[in-house]
Amino acid sequence: MSLKPRDEKQLSEAIAAAKGPLRIVGNGTRGVMCEGDVLTTAAMSGISLYEPGALTVVAAAGTPLAEIEAALAAEGQRLPFEPMDHRGLLGTKGEPTIGGVVAANISGPRRVQAGACRDSLIGVRFVDGRGDVLKNGGRVMKNVTGYDLVKLMAGAHGTLGVISEVAFKVLPDVAATAVLLINGLSDADAVLAMSRALGSPYEVSGAAHTPNGIDGHPVTMIRMEGFKASVAYRAEQLRVLLADLGEGVIETDPARVSAGWKWVRDVEAFDGHEGNVWRISVKPSDAPQVVAGLGANAVLLDWGGGLIWALMPQGADMRAKMRDVRGHATLVRGTDFSRFQPEVGPLASISAGLRAQFDPRGILNAGLMG
Amino acid sequence: MEMPKPDDAILANKAQIVARLQSVLPNGAVISVEAETKAYECDALSAYRCPPLCAVLPTNTEEVSAVLKICHDMGVPVVPRGAGTSLAGGALPTADSVILGVARMSDVLETDYDNRIIRVQSGRTNLSVTGAVEEEGFFYAPDPSSQLACAIAGNIAMNSGGAHCLKYGVTTNNLLGVVMVLMDGSVVEVGGAHLDAGGLDLLGLICGSEGQLGVVTEATLKILPKPEGARPVLIGFDSNEVAGACVSDIIKAGVLPVAIEFMDRPCIEATEAFAHAGYPECEALLIVEVEGSDAEIDAQLEVITAIAEQHNPVELRQSKSEEESAKIWLGRKSAFGAMGQINDYMCLDGTIPVSALPYVLKRIGEMSTEYGLDVGNVFHAGDGNMHPLILYDANKPGDLEKCEAFGADVLRLCVEVGGCLTGEHGVGIEKRDLMVDQFNGVDLEAQLRVKDVFDPKWLLNPAKVFPLDASASRRASQ
Repeated sequence: MSLKPRDEKQLSEAIAAAKGPLRIVGNGTRGVMCEGDVLTTAAMSGISLYEPGALTVVAAAGTPLAEIEAALAAEGQRLPFEPMDHRGLLGTKGEPTIGGVVAANISGPRRVQAGACRDSLIGVRFVDGRGDVLKNGGRVMKNVTGYDLVKLMAGAHGTLGVISEVAFKVLPDVAATAVLLINGLSDADAVLAMSRALGSPYEVSGAAHTPNGIDGHPVTMIRMEGFKASVAYRAEQLRVLLADLGEGVIETDPARVSAGWKWVRDVEAFDGHEGNVWRISVKPSDAPQVVAGLGANAVLLDWGGGLIWALMPQGADMRAKMRDVRGHATLVRGTDFSRFQPEVGPLASISAGLRAQFDPRGILNAGLMG
Repeated sequence: MEMPKPDDAILANKAQIVARLQSVLPNGAVISVEAETKAYECDALSAYRCPPLCAVLPTNTEEVSAVLKICHDMGVPVVPRGAGTSLAGGALPTADSVILGVARMSDVLETDYDNRIIRVQSGRTNLSVTGAVEEEGFFYAPDPSSQLACAIAGNIAMNSGGAHCLKYGVTTNNLLGVVMVLMDGSVVEVGGAHLDAGGLDLLGLICGSEGQLGVVTEATLKILPKPEGARPVLIGFDSNEVAGACVSDIIKAGVLPVAIEFMDRPCIEATEAFAHAGYPECEALLIVEVEGSDAEIDAQLEVITAIAEQHNPVELRQSKSEEESAKIWLGRKSAFGAMGQINDYMCLDGTIPVSALPYVLKRIGEMSTEYGLDVGNVFHAGDGNMHPLILYDANKPGDLEKCEAFGADVLRLCVEVGGCLTGEHGVGIEKRDLMVDQFNGVDLEAQLRVKDVFDPKWLLNPAKVFPLDASASRRASQ
């Protein structure tokens, strides 16, 4: 059975009337699997407010991400956090929805500069497991009125409630982009180069490294965005700053730059390759050591090393390999381990307690997060 | 503002409570003599005062844990306190509560420039976090006006902002991890030097929870490289409406200044008389600051100046030197002090959609006439975070009540136009009773249930954030 409410009222009725577990999806492109009847927000769609002068957009959860990005682009603005598209990596189909982006707190390479999806999210409306319609935050970018359930809902993967509407702070798009490319760096030198770049005042908006790049050779990519003259100046400054680590080349061709960062954002290198896909968050300087211990078939470092994408043989227990490192690992593709890092101690009790308060019957994406 | 009646049993048990607290803390860390507890009777919302049962000043996480465990066992409410600079009464005690102050926990625990983080004890002041890293060319971005005095603990509790958050975000966007002690004494570590949560975003929930979910003892904060340069421009207008329209046009044009500050005539005049910053005589002025390389600053200021010219400014002054920049900021930074020279004032903190600025300023002007109290506006216009300063005379009977009624009307207006009660100061006791204007019963109940999870006995800062009748049954169950 599949439930497809058209508005918040129908969504509330559907949840209140549910007799068993529900599997919450937008259009199901993010590969979240749970038991239960499918409940999709896809029919709740449309931008209800967009004020470019206030950098604010509000949309129903089922609104296609592409529709929002197009509306923003028409006014020279964009979502700051560069959300990834999972379809290639997971072989899924359909239109990614903005509600799905929020539920999974999806962010891309610009996370290092502009923050995650949750940092741009300023308001949510959602229906909890009781069927109650709730709101938190709003449409203004500074708001400390009451507890911040906005952050809590971002990345809760539908386990605390089904998101019906989201509001974002957006940012102006940029005039120019330059990428500094350095070939042949070891993982350790790459992380060093990226740390130096991110610690420079040149407003780096992306720092990624592939040890086995597009043609098998290591490539480190550092991105700067902004005014044309400023970007050119900064790219050159950075090239000089990193010259002792490796010779850099500056790429400014918009098509090549954009394709390169989409390749990073969507982890295209792993498309069509067998195996589990893990997404590992660590302190950037821990990345080389973690990568060395993985025995991965392929890796990609983003966020200056803070995000490791690893293509691993099935059955390889990533979390056991990371026992001595602080951070967490999410199984993005694969089924032989839990998707999310299990919590321990008092934090596990708190998370379980929150789920029990928002979803006392345990019907929303049951068991997905613990 | 009503506070709950103190529990007589706790008051009667003071000696035993103090003795148990002394047994787990160093000498001098428990303050229980009446003359000394008075120092903790209020925060910066000084219209409300009540000395606590006692105050404790632990020096580390273990001591905080021991204190909370005792209070939990004995059913004693605890009010966490950073530096006591809350404008919302966030650290106001009740007579039966223990003030847990973090002032003696101010160490830097780790600086890590490769990973761009600093780990500090939560009693460290905001500005001294930047102080610890600026020699290496870094800074901590959130910059509340009280940054010289306010503590990171309070910043986290209130999710504090500042003038530069249009570009850098508020505390929650710059906080990577905390060590927090729950009311039962258990210690949890949330987040750290890595990004994003592995499970639910508890860090996002903790930030801004006004000390009601736990006591944060250590924080991992993001530090940023200092920009290459910054330059402000001052623009004067002959009406608030035009200044508001100019703000909106600047943002629409695709430049993102780090700050857009707005002052209206009453504030400009007060400031000029006080600080002599050389501001023009006009109805409204904007200070717009941009950052970056010289090329970028020039490019941005060119766009901003062109937009401003279209709105017929009465003055447009671009800073050409460090001294001029300092002078432009001098007036803005002395605005609160200048208003304080005129009279007592209450500082509001509602946020509104930027598009509603002209309407809201007009309505505030009308209300000012109706209530017979002067008001000056100085605020962060880029993000719609208003700070109307309502002047009143604390020594004149009835003036404070009149001022509070005026303030409440302004905040209701903020909600009515699509904004909120508080943008960066927090709810505390000040806006507690207005929560029903922003949230319905179901919304509030969901938030109350969150506190149930972290603090089932409702002992941590229990009389704040929620209207007393909404939290009454839970507080009674302790």
